[in-house]
Amino acid sequence: MLKLARFLKKYRKQVIIGPIFKLIEAIFELIVPIITAKMIDNGVKAGNVTYIWHMGGIMLLLGVTGLCSALICQKLASIASQGFGTVVRSELYQHINTLSHSEIDKFGTPSLITRMTNDVNQLQFAVAMLIRLVIRAPFLAVGAIVMAMLIDFQLSLVFLIATPLIAIVLYLIMSRSVPYFRVMQKKLDRISLVSREGLSGVRVIRAFSKQESEHQRFQSAADDQTNTAIRVGKLSALLNPLTYSIMNFAIIAIVWFGGWRVDAGGMTQGEVIAFVNYMTQTLLALIVVASLVVTFTKASASAARVNEVFDTVTSVPETNKDPIVKINHTPKIEFQNVSFSYDGTDKYAVNDLNFRIEPGETIGIIGGTGSGKSTLVNLIPRFYDVTKGKILIDGVDIRDYSFSELRGEIGMVPQEAVLFSGTIESNLRWGQENASGEDIQKALKISQSNGFVSAMSEGIQSPVNQGGKNFSGGQKQRLTIARALVGSPQVLILDDSASALDFATDAALRKSIQTETTGMTVLMVSQRASTIKRADKIIVLDDGEIAGTGTHEQLMENCEIYREICLSQLSKDEVNKK
Amino acid sequence: MKKSVLKRLMKYTKPYSAFLIGALVSTVINISLSLYGPILIGKAIDHIFSAGKVDHEGMIPILALLGLTIAMSAVFQWIMAYCTNKVSYQTVRDLRIQTYQKINKLPLKYIDGHAHGDMISRIVNDVDQVSDGLLQGLTQFFTGIVTILGTLIFMLTISPVITIVVVLVTPLSLFVAGFIAKLSHKQFIEQQATQGELSGYVEEMISGQKIVKTFHYENRSEKQFDEINRRLYNCGVKAQFYSSLSNPSTRFVNGVVYTSVAVIGSICAVTGRPGPLTIGQISSFLAYANQYTKPFNEVTGVITQIQTAFASAQRLFSVLDEEEEKPDAPDALALKDCEGNIDVNRLYFSYSPEINLIQNMNLSARKGERIAIVGPTGCGKTTIINLLMRFYDADSGAIKIDGTDVMDITRSSLRAVFGMVLQDTWLFSGTVRDNIAYGRKEVTNEEIIEAAKAAHAHSFIMRLSNGYDTVISEDGGNISQGQRQLLCIARVMLVDPPILILDEATSSIDTRTEIRIQKAFNKMMEGRTSFIVAHRLSTIKEADLILVMNHGSIIEQGTHEQLLGKNGFYANLYNSQFAIAD
Repeated sequence: MLKLARFLKKYRKQVIIGPIFKLIEAIFELIVPIITAKMIDNGVKAGNVTYIWHMGGIMLLLGVTGLCSALICQKLASIASQGFGTVVRSELYQHINTLSHSEIDKFGTPSLITRMTNDVNQLQFAVAMLIRLVIRAPFLAVGAIVMAMLIDFQLSLVFLIATPLIAIVLYLIMSRSVPYFRVMQKKLDRISLVSREGLSGVRVIRAFSKQESEHQRFQSAADDQTNTAIRVGKLSALLNPLTYSIMNFAIIAIVWFGGWRVDAGGMTQGEVIAFVNYMTQTLLALIVVASLVVTFTKASASAARVNEVFDTVTSVPETNKDPIVKINHTPKIEFQNVSFSYDGTDKYAVNDLNFRIEPGETIGIIGGTGSGKSTLVNLIPRFYDVTKGKILIDGVDIRDYSFSELRGEIGMVPQEAVLFSGTIESNLRWGQENASGEDIQKALKISQSNGFVSAMSEGIQSPVNQGGKNFSGGQKQRLTIARALVGSPQVLILDDSASALDFATDAALRKSIQTETTGMTVLMVSQRASTIKRADKIIVLDDGEIAGTGTHEQLMENCEIYREICLSQLSKDEVNKK
Repeated sequence: MKKSVLKRLMKYTKPYSAFLIGALVSTVINISLSLYGPILIGKAIDHIFSAGKVDHEGMIPILALLGLTIAMSAVFQWIMAYCTNKVSYQTVRDLRIQTYQKINKLPLKYIDGHAHGDMISRIVNDVDQVSDGLLQGLTQFFTGIVTILGTLIFMLTISPVITIVVVLVTPLSLFVAGFIAKLSHKQFIEQQATQGELSGYVEEMISGQKIVKTFHYENRSEKQFDEINRRLYNCGVKAQFYSSLSNPSTRFVNGVVYTSVAVIGSICAVTGRPGPLTIGQISSFLAYANQYTKPFNEVTGVITQIQTAFASAQRLFSVLDEEEEKPDAPDALALKDCEGNIDVNRLYFSYSPEINLIQNMNLSARKGERIAIVGPTGCGKTTIINLLMRFYDADSGAIKIDGTDVMDITRSSLRAVFGMVLQDTWLFSGTVRDNIAYGRKEVTNEEIIEAAKAAHAHSFIMRLSNGYDTVISEDGGNISQGQRQLLCIARVMLVDPPILILDEATSSIDTRTEIRIQKAFNKMMEGRTSFIVAHRLSTIKEADLILVMNHGSIIEQGTHEQLLGKNGFYANLYNSQFAIAD
């Protein structure tokens, strides 16, 4: 948790001044019972009404000043804690942006989001409590005891017995019940899991007429959660009765022994009343301390989760930010003995790849799932770095490029068609903010999107919802292709990005990419033999290794796997059709 | 409306009414006893006057009574908490189970038409909200009111004059509590919305990280993030500040009450005007004053909570009030020894009255025939499945299985004759074995393994860490999409139904397994009527009948040759696949 303190630097003033103001209020609170005692002993007993008014005035003054200082503290606390949270979120976000896919995949998007929201909120709350209560509550608890000691040391022994007792009870009950809250959350998660499965599998459940057994499954999850909740409830229900009883019996002791002290002339009646007040204050302060312990335990777990992100270093570093010199007359892309494994073990996702792609060529990459097609193309824009070997673009190792130069070279259309909320135009301008209207129109045309875009009433100004949910799969794929084309990249990578298109659109798309983009090197990953059949060169992958390279005809001759794929998807005529 | 919601909710607490009454009664007892405490303390203090004037003997009965009061109060406080817990958690469980049960009975139309996340949130969050807000909230409300009334009564018995002073300060306390609650509530809503916006943005950017990197969008997205973040800061500071006002203001109002009581009480004690008072009584009053604002805060705080709970309860009841799937006709038959002959006559169907989907569909499939469904993605193949398996009922016309109208067959026996392997696989979190055995009640280990072998799933299952006992995790992270599909095939193989519905999207299975699966499919289809959502030409060409679908309706049907001869949509689709890209 201390590691995160650096983000509080900007708010050092608030963190120091805030608690001081809170202390002023606490001191005033501790003084009030003494004033009451004085009011009774010197005012009531002496029959001095002026004195009573006098003391009342002081009490009110203390109250007003206390309120003002408390408000100042609360204000400072909200500025510091929210500011702290804002800084942490911003730094986290920037840090996540530097991470590569391996790291992001390791965490998972939902987990990163919870860390950035829930965990940071938890920390924010802890900072607020740090300023507002961490000094105040223990001070009140200890202060009340000290005040009692100052009034009468002998009677304060009651405090020295009661306070530790209350603390022990608090500790025993909370240390047992608090861990259960995590268990309860888990059981609640189980309930939502069963409901989610019940909904997404509704057809399967009804097809097999399993409603009854699903109901049982849900019921046992619900029962389980209820039983835990009741068990915890029974335990935490003990907290108030026990602590209040201890306090009240301590008050009995104070009155009884206080009576002896007054009898002996060591104390006054008003002071006994002050003692009773201090006892109540002690208990309330101790309960706050206990809840603070819970807050900080939670916060330290959150801090650990946030720090885990900060401590993760990208596995794909940018070592050079300067422009590089390309070497002429070299292949556009060259793979030299490239191997890559996701987890750093020797289980390679792609193994010992060697091939060259000349400028302007269209390359088809085919193979079953898990054969390493996506991995191969993901290595080119350095979403991951090769484990062994190297990849060259224009004769230069891609690790020597700056990110902006390397990625500016490549137009990538990933497997999953992702659009961002905004308009069609704002999505298309992702690659090049100042692209001309012509460029955009051209990209729409090549990607076969101009038809449906111009059919929309707002054209390219049409709104896009998060994830592009208001577009069909095929439309989304075409728009993501258009987006990649707007920057006129040297290399276009289509990672199975036409899978949702019908055959006719797919064919038209391929045709226009080939005719409209001269000099662009195109890499096309596909499961469909028909898509890549007419590429200049086809790379067949099987289990991470190259099973064959060549044209369709060559591969039909000499590559068993390619032949299997083609024969399973195409009829004899089509296989042989030129 | 609120009244009826509350009334209806109370019905759910009925089985636990003993606990509910227990909670209410013990609340009243506990509060009365705990409020009686300060009076006794005050009386005891009156026996301590000054040096030499202390009546210890007189204190004994008072302190003994006090001890008893404290002990009893503690016991009842525990009973109160225990009963409240019991009532609220058990009611919540019943509500949850009933809602889930209801979902099992709702027509598919409802489930398809509503976001699953929203329904889950009703089962999980709304039910919790009802428990926190209505049940515990109402008890808190009740406690608060009883405390306020009790305090007033006890104060009146000591001194009506000071009570009036305290009551006069009450509006201040109410005003402050209400004002703060209102202020912070508004800010919290804004904060929540901004927080949601921020999470949405982060989710969008992190899950689109590849695109962000490809287009070198990092700096631009950081700017946008910082803009949202700054707004969150602004409303966050306000929300937190306003809500943190509540404690110091409460303490201040308490201070005002305390001071007034102390001053006026003291004056009464000295002058006997406007009424006489002992020092002990002042101390009792001061004890009340110290706790005086607490119930007011609780009551006002709980009101917003109760309001949200009402909204949640209404959301729940709206699900519970939905019309259920029509039950089977009383004289419905159980389908036995099904042959697998299917006849569709003049079938009309639409999801909504404006769009006619299926119009005058006619189809005849004999035992063992293969029907290929062809068309672009999203063409509506689920519609056919929905109708055949009676997930939806046709508007008019009839579907007959072995000559019997499906409307006259019990749903469970009808659905049992279909075996389904769809593209979006569904497995539940449980072991591999349980998932394969899902469709049959009693099944031996050997049968499961045999089915897995037939589906080519056995070898990969054996490679899993715990073989057939491997637990499939929630996100299915431990097995691939292709493997999930193999398990679904095994599940159907085990049941051995006479009619099959297969989704030929084997693209997620690696090439060689795909070929083997194709073989398994072919074997499975022998002698069975099969509907295949087809993607490969070989399947399509060999089919006995091709249904060509687009935009949800069947636009053409016939064999491959017939359809080519028509030179329509199908012919176009077929030819376009081989359009030459040069």
